[in-house]
Amino acid sequence: MNGGADLGGMQGFGRVVEEENEPNFHADWESRVMGMVVALGACGQWNIDQSRYARESLPPANYLSFPYYHIWLEGVQKLLLARDMLSPEELAAGKAISPPIEVRATLKPDAVWDGLHSLTGAADRPEEQAPAFELGQQINTINHHPEGHTRLPRYARGHVGVISKILGFHVFPDSSGNDQGANPQWLYQVQFTAQELWGPEKNPKDVVTLDLWEPHLVKT
Amino acid sequence: MSGGGGGNGNGGSQHHHHHGDDEMSHLSEMDARVKALESLLVEKGYVESAAIDKLVDIYEHQIGPQNGALVVAKAWTEPEFADWLRKDATAAIHSLGYTSRQGEHMVAVFNGDDVHHLVVCTLCSCYPWSVLGLPPTWYKSPPFRSRAVIDPRGVLGDFGLQLPDAARVEVHDSTAEVRYLVIPQRPTGTDDWNAEQLAELVSRNSMIGTAFADEPQ
Repeated sequence: MNGGADLGGMQGFGRVVEEENEPNFHADWESRVMGMVVALGACGQWNIDQSRYARESLPPANYLSFPYYHIWLEGVQKLLLARDMLSPEELAAGKAISPPIEVRATLKPDAVWDGLHSLTGAADRPEEQAPAFELGQQINTINHHPEGHTRLPRYARGHVGVISKILGFHVFPDSSGNDQGANPQWLYQVQFTAQELWGPEKNPKDVVTLDLWEPHLVKT
Repeated sequence: MSGGGGGNGNGGSQHHHHHGDDEMSHLSEMDARVKALESLLVEKGYVESAAIDKLVDIYEHQIGPQNGALVVAKAWTEPEFADWLRKDATAAIHSLGYTSRQGEHMVAVFNGDDVHHLVVCTLCSCYPWSVLGLPPTWYKSPPFRSRAVIDPRGVLGDFGLQLPDAARVEVHDSTAEVRYLVIPQRPTGTDDWNAEQLAELVSRNSMIGTAFADEPQ
């Protein structure tokens, strides 16, 4: 979607300011949100693409102004309500009113390390057909503006690029983030010149790569 | 370095004080809200607080840029490992035990005299957690995410890096589940250093592409 998260090429945010010796968390609540969001993954009620969509579909003004873990909090709360894991009444009351829904698992403290290292988040799937494009081939990206989730950002739509790597056969977020199943597709690294994306005044040597799926690409 | 830090006239500090109050009340509001949500989730049996404690502890103390620094130092000292990283970074990095989440699929990109790599995620905050830990705030914030792709040389300038026009800048926008690790150039004057010593020169930013590896003191 053309939401607040699709930031590539926007202007006016000023210079990048690095906080020296920045801690991982600036307040306790940030660390609890990180831990909750990761732990809730074990419940199996949503996939990573659905959780990204829950965040990027926040109102743009909120997305652009909230601290990052606040964005995570809003996103996870939206999903908890959408899956009936919690009700608005329970959120308001701060206590359980109805019984929990059945979930895949609850993350146990002893299982945290192994769970993090289980590679269950791997996005590659068994190949179902040969890739349609080859290394070095020139392609066009499609021009689309879906209201749902897409990993083809605005700045790279309708442009000419070159296949620079074939990365594997991966879950397609434009399907899985929109509740339409994994629908795995060939994933490519696609290289664009800075001049193709941003115009002739850019350094002619500079390039930008994006990782895009076959449905994002058409033959030139 | 912090050129704006000295300009605290009266107006500035009053503003800062006022801003501080707002921030404090926002903080306590967020703390209260998140505490309430966590206790509700615990009551319903969806999460255990001890598991959250454990996750926080792991990312505070066990999984961080020290992992990536060892990958880089190994690449600098073992040419076969560097080749493996170029061909199959996923397998090479997993062979060191760095298999945690947000590192399932890896690509390593090597900086040189004629090419400089910079990693960004314009759409969210994709970052190689398994080798770098949690991303810093600037990496997740609009100034970096918006500008890294349209003005990478300007962004590098914000970090104090000036690249010659003749060097190519390659920006990698992490739009899929593939995570990019930059292998910075090995500093000169370190020929007799071992991997453990070299790892000390490898900062987090040098593995994102917003710094060079540190020079030996």
